[in-house]
Amino acid sequence: MNVIVEREKSLSALESRIEALRERDAGSDEVKQLESKVEQLRRDMFGNLTPWERVNMARHPKRPLSSDYLAALDAFDELHGDRHFRDDPALVGGFAKLRGRRVVVLAQMKGRDTKENIRNNFGMVSPEGYRKAKRLMELASRFRLPIVTFVDTSGADPGLSSEERAQGEAIAACLVTLAKVEVPVVASIIGEGGSGGALAIGLADHVIMAENAVYSVASPEGCAAILWGDAARAPEAAERLKLTAADLEGFGIVDEIVAEPIGGAHRDGARRLLEPLAPDALREARYQKYRRIGAWHDDAATRAVSGA
Amino acid sequence: MPAPEWLRIRRDKDVPAEDASLWVKCPKCSEMLYRKDLGDNAYVCMRCGHHFRMHAYDRINLLVDSDFVEIGDHITPGDPLGWVDRRPYPQKLEADREKSKLSEAIVTGFATLEGFPVALGVMDFNFRGGTMGTVVGERVTNLLEEALRRRLPCIIFTASGGARMEEGMLALMQMAKTTQAVERFMSDGNLFVTVLTDPTTGGVSASFAFESDIVIAEARASIGFAGRRVIEQTIRQKLPDNFQTAEFLLEKGHVDMVVDRRQIRDTLVRVLDYAVDRKRLAPALKAVPEFAGA
Repeated sequence: MNVIVEREKSLSALESRIEALRERDAGSDEVKQLESKVEQLRRDMFGNLTPWERVNMARHPKRPLSSDYLAALDAFDELHGDRHFRDDPALVGGFAKLRGRRVVVLAQMKGRDTKENIRNNFGMVSPEGYRKAKRLMELASRFRLPIVTFVDTSGADPGLSSEERAQGEAIAACLVTLAKVEVPVVASIIGEGGSGGALAIGLADHVIMAENAVYSVASPEGCAAILWGDAARAPEAAERLKLTAADLEGFGIVDEIVAEPIGGAHRDGARRLLEPLAPDALREARYQKYRRIGAWHDDAATRAVSGA
Repeated sequence: MPAPEWLRIRRDKDVPAEDASLWVKCPKCSEMLYRKDLGDNAYVCMRCGHHFRMHAYDRINLLVDSDFVEIGDHITPGDPLGWVDRRPYPQKLEADREKSKLSEAIVTGFATLEGFPVALGVMDFNFRGGTMGTVVGERVTNLLEEALRRRLPCIIFTASGGARMEEGMLALMQMAKTTQAVERFMSDGNLFVTVLTDPTTGGVSASFAFESDIVIAEARASIGFAGRRVIEQTIRQKLPDNFQTAEFLLEKGHVDMVVDRRQIRDTLVRVLDYAVDRKRLAPALKAVPEFAGA
């Protein structure tokens, strides 16, 4: 059950009444009154979301998915496969044009319906998906094309066959490649950022996060199960994990937050890109960016060091 | 030569009450083992070969030419999220410091192995399950940067439950930070060796553990990305017994070799001998003041 969807249901009765009235007389006072009432209700319901509500927003069945962002590109030519084992549909990549600029795009593909989700393994990427991503990152670096990634996954695939094909190594290899590439990397957290499986295409010079997206070290359900042996306490875990865009901007993990319309991005859409730097400066800046992240005490310096 | 400081500290530490008995039962074969004999046998069961988990300082003691110089111990954890679950995070840290006699889940420093100077990191499961928080990330990064500056080979023993939940996304980002440090270190032509010990999972397995030139798995260690229970729930079936063991990984081609703990020191020395030019290391030796006389 999605708490956002439930709440929208309570609005939909009012909305269909407005629709019916509009058909008779769009300009009537009653329509205007009801419209402003719905607007007010929407602000009350969605204006100030809790972390758990944002988790539900990020998982909303109508939320824009990578497929919507790919469709909005000027051009996209998909490149398939890891050249070893299989083409993983959970992670799609290829050449693209974004506002006229040539880029390489990588995107985690949750499905819109059950059929798509089964085909795409619910957006959970397998080692061969990460190996395809690594191959395309190297391609981008060779031809000096910026890398643009769309992150939306509950996590890397935790299956038997993924372990047999070294899931950890596949993610690690993506991270090493992203540390190495000589082109700008822009990552967009558009929905769910699920732990290492998300970070594998999320180590970037510029990290953009949608206002209602979440990005977390563990899923709230998994975290609650570990801490209290009770996945039902996920809303509490969501509070503590500091997984919202605002929290992560505060830690220096996210560089830019893209505002969403009241009620969530499924009511509109958003995207952005940045200019390339010289390769050495770029890599140095990327190194220093992640070098700073964390919060520890340095007893030798007798001062607290904190993130960004 | 007097006992070095770190070893003296380790020996002076009280043995926890539950560990103080003279006899230890092997959890695998139930054999009662005399504690001292077990220590002399590198904490490997004399009957069945079960590898007990080891304290970081015991492991260092087993490896080095008794000249370990610790660095990074001044980097200590904070509580960036103000985390509370059953207990506040700072209380958990305090309890683990008490229990493990460690300041964090990794010990880093310089040492020589059969005369080879190396940068050495050893993780310890006794501290927060060896999880990687910002201090582990910072100490690993610091170690690799210092090793790079001196152009020393670097060896890290991993033992980790993954990223540390109590530090949230700051913990996850240590995968990025350590990876960048590994990449710089290796791009400069330096040797990086990881030894995966029981258990090596999650964020550590998906970062520096598998980014090295040579990946050695300690015999019988449990190694993998996702937790066994998570996988069982996902596929709804029992997993084979050897699943995610060092031996399973060797068969699948994920690790260079599986080595019994009692042979790890000799194996590392041979790897160093093959991969490292001793002459190149001579200036490195002098760069570590503590080794100047070595």
